[in-house]
Amino acid sequence: MSSINLPPMDSTVVSPLAVPRINLKRKPRFGETLVRIILFLCAAVSILTTFGIVISLGREALLFFQFPGVTITEFFTGTDWSPQSAKFGVLPLVTATFTTSLIAMVVALPLGLAAAIYLSEYASFRMRAALKPVLEVLAGVPTVVYGFFALTFVTPLIRSVLGNDNISIYNMLSAGLVMGIMITPLVCSMSEDALHAVPDSLREGAYGVGSTKLEASLQVVVPAALSGIMAAVIVAISRAVGETMIVAIAAGAGPNFTFNPLQSAETMTGHIARISGGDLSYNSIDYDSLFAIGLLLFFITLVLNLVSRALVARFREVYE
Amino acid sequence: MAMSQPSGSSNTSNSLSASQQNSAQRQRKATMGRMIFSLSTIVAIVALLLLLWSIVNRGFGYVAVRQKVDPATLAQGRPLAELSKDELVTILQAGVTRGVFRRYDSEKPFAERDQTEVLDLVIERVVGQETIASWTLQESLFSKPVIETELRDGTEKDAKKWAGAKLEWRSWVTPDFLRSVGGSNPAVAGIRVALLGSLWVVFITMLVAVPIGVGAAIYLEEYANPKSRINQFIETNINNLAGVPSIIYGMLGLTIFVRALEPLTSGAIFGVQGSNGRTILSASLTMALLVLPLIIINAREAIRAVPSSLRQASYGLGATKWETVRDHVLPNAIPGILTGAILSLSRAIGETAPLIVIGASTFIITDPTGPFSKFTALPIQIYDWTSRPIEQFRNIASAAIIVLLVLLITLNFTAVLLRNRFSKKV
Repeated sequence: MSSINLPPMDSTVVSPLAVPRINLKRKPRFGETLVRIILFLCAAVSILTTFGIVISLGREALLFFQFPGVTITEFFTGTDWSPQSAKFGVLPLVTATFTTSLIAMVVALPLGLAAAIYLSEYASFRMRAALKPVLEVLAGVPTVVYGFFALTFVTPLIRSVLGNDNISIYNMLSAGLVMGIMITPLVCSMSEDALHAVPDSLREGAYGVGSTKLEASLQVVVPAALSGIMAAVIVAISRAVGETMIVAIAAGAGPNFTFNPLQSAETMTGHIARISGGDLSYNSIDYDSLFAIGLLLFFITLVLNLVSRALVARFREVYE
Repeated sequence: MAMSQPSGSSNTSNSLSASQQNSAQRQRKATMGRMIFSLSTIVAIVALLLLLWSIVNRGFGYVAVRQKVDPATLAQGRPLAELSKDELVTILQAGVTRGVFRRYDSEKPFAERDQTEVLDLVIERVVGQETIASWTLQESLFSKPVIETELRDGTEKDAKKWAGAKLEWRSWVTPDFLRSVGGSNPAVAGIRVALLGSLWVVFITMLVAVPIGVGAAIYLEEYANPKSRINQFIETNINNLAGVPSIIYGMLGLTIFVRALEPLTSGAIFGVQGSNGRTILSASLTMALLVLPLIIINAREAIRAVPSSLRQASYGLGATKWETVRDHVLPNAIPGILTGAILSLSRAIGETAPLIVIGASTFIITDPTGPFSKFTALPIQIYDWTSRPIEQFRNIASAAIIVLLVLLITLNFTAVLLRNRFSKKV
């Protein structure tokens, strides 16, 4: 604190007389402080973004609930979403989101996990080096392209198998299947990372007591990597819930309260995309209703992401 | 297995054979498991191949083309593409009614249109080129007779529609497709405005997002005290933002950039007239927020990988913190930062949902001229064409997808090259 500081160390070695009076107090450097502040502001942009999302969605959603005839109970329990007749029950949109996400998970989880086990436990080094880029390409394809794939390839294929009368042109099955294909690389690469982090000593121990490769993989390595795999699963669900373009193109327009994947139904994201893509006047009830859906969507994905991170932090096994 | 030997006592022999049996069963299961795992990987690869095939399948193939007027008669045998703009305008003026000509002129004055645009109009309006039907690559390659029969039958049944239709092999991706302006006639539609719009959007996105993202990464890695509350909050926050659905960013952009900051994003405070907030600038700022977490996470990893001996050597020579970061940490982290930036660039090019919410319009025929222009983008155009039920629109959608994928692959390839080049130097 004093303006004259002795050098902290070695004062006994050097004679006190030889020590010039040096001011070692940190000089305030204007430039350094400025840089620090600028860099902090850059980091703070992310906080502003989160607040921006919550406030902008929340404000419009509040306006929506203040419209006459709109109640929160009706919003969460109503089974009819038809803004023309002032019915705002979000359940049809939620069931469609649920159905498409469920189909996507049924495809992506087994496929992604099995591919991850293959890449991590079975594949040779060269095989891995050749296969990982393929998965990266799959993961990098824009979702609108998957939408095109769903509508022009998968839907006709399903319809030719099941018969045109049994399944509509726009249906949740096709959208869900393609969404599953889209999410598979994500599940695969995240679980593969988790499996890869399990030390070889565990595998060798399993072989030592006579396990086959399958037993070592399923009963030793997978349980050891479970926290990472669970995190992958939850991130995948959150991705499926928030996915827009595939369902907007292939699942159909118009809310439909059904769990039947052969019918067309509009998901939360699909509805937001369709309505905001048209001519929409600000401050109308239609406009504000989108933000109520958006807020719900934001909270669902937020909770999923938080759970995923908590799982990793809580159950991570640390190996030397 | 190897240890099982026949033995005298019936009791042990029984248990051994049981263990043998058990072992054989386990081996069978192991083989099954192996097959299932490799099969899943193969399924994933087949899915990718099918995806690519479904695109290529509609990008090439036979089309039935009909022309009202033979283009050779319009300019004394010279190909239309070689004519000058003024000659084409004259042909157009002679070929359409006055009202139609005036409408085109008021949409966008002919003085401002270039040769390609006028050529498209001549082909669409005067020549009357139309694709009546199109076939996929698969049909074109393997069932040409069927196509010819369809063409004959069509002419018999609906002579008016099919009159003068000629079968022609067509690649839907052509240089003209890149040059032409998007339109309502798939025969002459193109992606010029959409492609330029996409390039403008990602250019400004990167201009905004890279400096902020790298700055945030430097702060979090070099300056921040990892134990302080606010910094932990920032970290959690960034990780959560990376998981927010892109359409939510679109809604954020709609309320903040399009509406609240309209004077800025429409360019009104810079004296730009007659524009609303649904501009390239709004889209870019939204996209910047969307890719920011990606850039930060990648840049942090790159900065963390710089060995701390470099920093200590720099401090030892008396450099300040910022000098150390600027002259030693950043140059060594550049390859990683660049790779992250290019990956987020390819994410930004393919994103569709936020642009729909922001209000990209598909009916734009003028090239974007700057940040305050209205715009359309490549993925938006693909979405619009895919959603239309007419087969030929799917053809041009797949052509646009091919352009988009080539763009993405080029970008990723550049990222890999950059990474290799720089990592050798360091």
